[in-house]
Amino acid sequence: MSDRREWPLYEVFVRGKRGLNHVHVGSLHAPDDDMAIRHARDVYTRRNEGVSIWVVRSADITASSPDEKDPLFAPSGDKVYRHPTFYDIPDNVPHM
Amino acid sequence: MPTTDTETGMAPDPTAERALLEQFDAIVERNDRVEPRDWMPEGYRKTLIRQVAQHAHSEIIGMQPEGNWISRAPSLRRKAILLAKVQDEAGHGLYLYSATETLGPSRQELTEMLLAGKQKYSSIFNYPTLSYADVGTIGWLVDGAAICNQVPLCRTSYGPYGRAMIRVCKEESFHQRQGYELLMTMMQGTDEQRAMVQESVNRFWWPALMMFGPPDDESPNTAQSMAWGIKRNTNDDLRQRFVDMSVPQAEALGVTLPDPELRWNEERGHHDFGQPDWDEFMQVVKGNGPCNAQRLAHRRRAHEDGAWVREAALAFADKSGGLDTPALVPREGYSTSETEEVR
Ligand SMILES: [Fe+2]
Ligand SMILES: [Fe+2]
Repeated sequence: MSDRREWPLYEVFVRGKRGLNHVHVGSLHAPDDDMAIRHARDVYTRRNEGVSIWVVRSADITASSPDEKDPLFAPSGDKVYRHPTFYDIPDNVPHM
Repeated sequence: MPTTDTETGMAPDPTAERALLEQFDAIVERNDRVEPRDWMPEGYRKTLIRQVAQHAHSEIIGMQPEGNWISRAPSLRRKAILLAKVQDEAGHGLYLYSATETLGPSRQELTEMLLAGKQKYSSIFNYPTLSYADVGTIGWLVDGAAICNQVPLCRTSYGPYGRAMIRVCKEESFHQRQGYELLMTMMQGTDEQRAMVQESVNRFWWPALMMFGPPDDESPNTAQSMAWGIKRNTNDDLRQRFVDMSVPQAEALGVTLPDPELRWNEERGHHDFGQPDWDEFMQVVKGNGPCNAQRLAHRRRAHEDGAWVREAALAFADKSGGLDTPALVPREGYSTSETEEVR
């Protein structure tokens, strides 16, 4: 087979509507960035699922390990005081 | 990936591997999802590759039986609908190929495995579409059976597979409804059209039941797949669910299902029904169905005919400096999970 080289992998992010973040929806192969956008439109937004698409070469992403036990997340694990429910406020205090 | 050798997925020493296995079992136990860079037993990975690749191939090969009628659809409306439906199936194939790639194999390897007949696709697509009514029957029964299979798979233990299934399921309802509506329209037509529908249902009913796989007592892998949370229901459970759903739909349509043993069982609260011809099923799986050779030959031709497009796109990308790194990217356990969904 002559097509030895595979098109690189891209990750696709779609903004569902104005006011929302771009969310990762999946991946696809494309020869370049422009084609990745076109493919992303055909593969991931056939039913108006988005108003904006980002594509990024998978190889360009730096990631933490997805394992929840990863030490990277340990510093936030023991800082419960970052959450509003950490604080007891009497019921008779309104709007809080 | 600190503790795992990415080549083999094996831990460097037995104690470490036992710890990894315990961690994996705990994830499955609490119904959490396994993500691509997690350590996983080789058997789990292999089972998933086989199942998800087969699922991807089925979506792609599944475009052919219906594609057969696009140029002969009786109206522009029906043609537009059928085009959209077949395009969806291509999309389903792509979601599922992406999910399979997170487990290691490259897209090219997967395509080659299909073309070489080393990986299978659903046997249902080895049956021909002889009349236009088959377009409706496939939407109703084949996509209907696929929905029964796929809805529980949205909760499968492997994250990327489950996410692909959620996308697929969102689109399947259109597939089933357009098929059923097509049949309803034909049933309101002439006697000849009604006969066409009945004849089509007669041909597809048994192959549709086979889509759930062999009976539980002849499906040796089911128990392990369920223990791993890959499958959530047994073949027979899903088949029963499909029969119970289809009977009232057939009644409303005005067709009979070609099974003399089909009747409501008050005690069980389910329909009793006959078994498909499992010898025929095995023959089709082995490659001796009516269209096996034709389907693969068509897929091979399409792949070869598209070679110049793949090459031209690469050449253009090279020229415009798009591909600064070699395009042959080894996966090395890299996957979509690295970009977790933001909620
Ligand atoms: Fe599909
Ligand atoms: Fe479908």
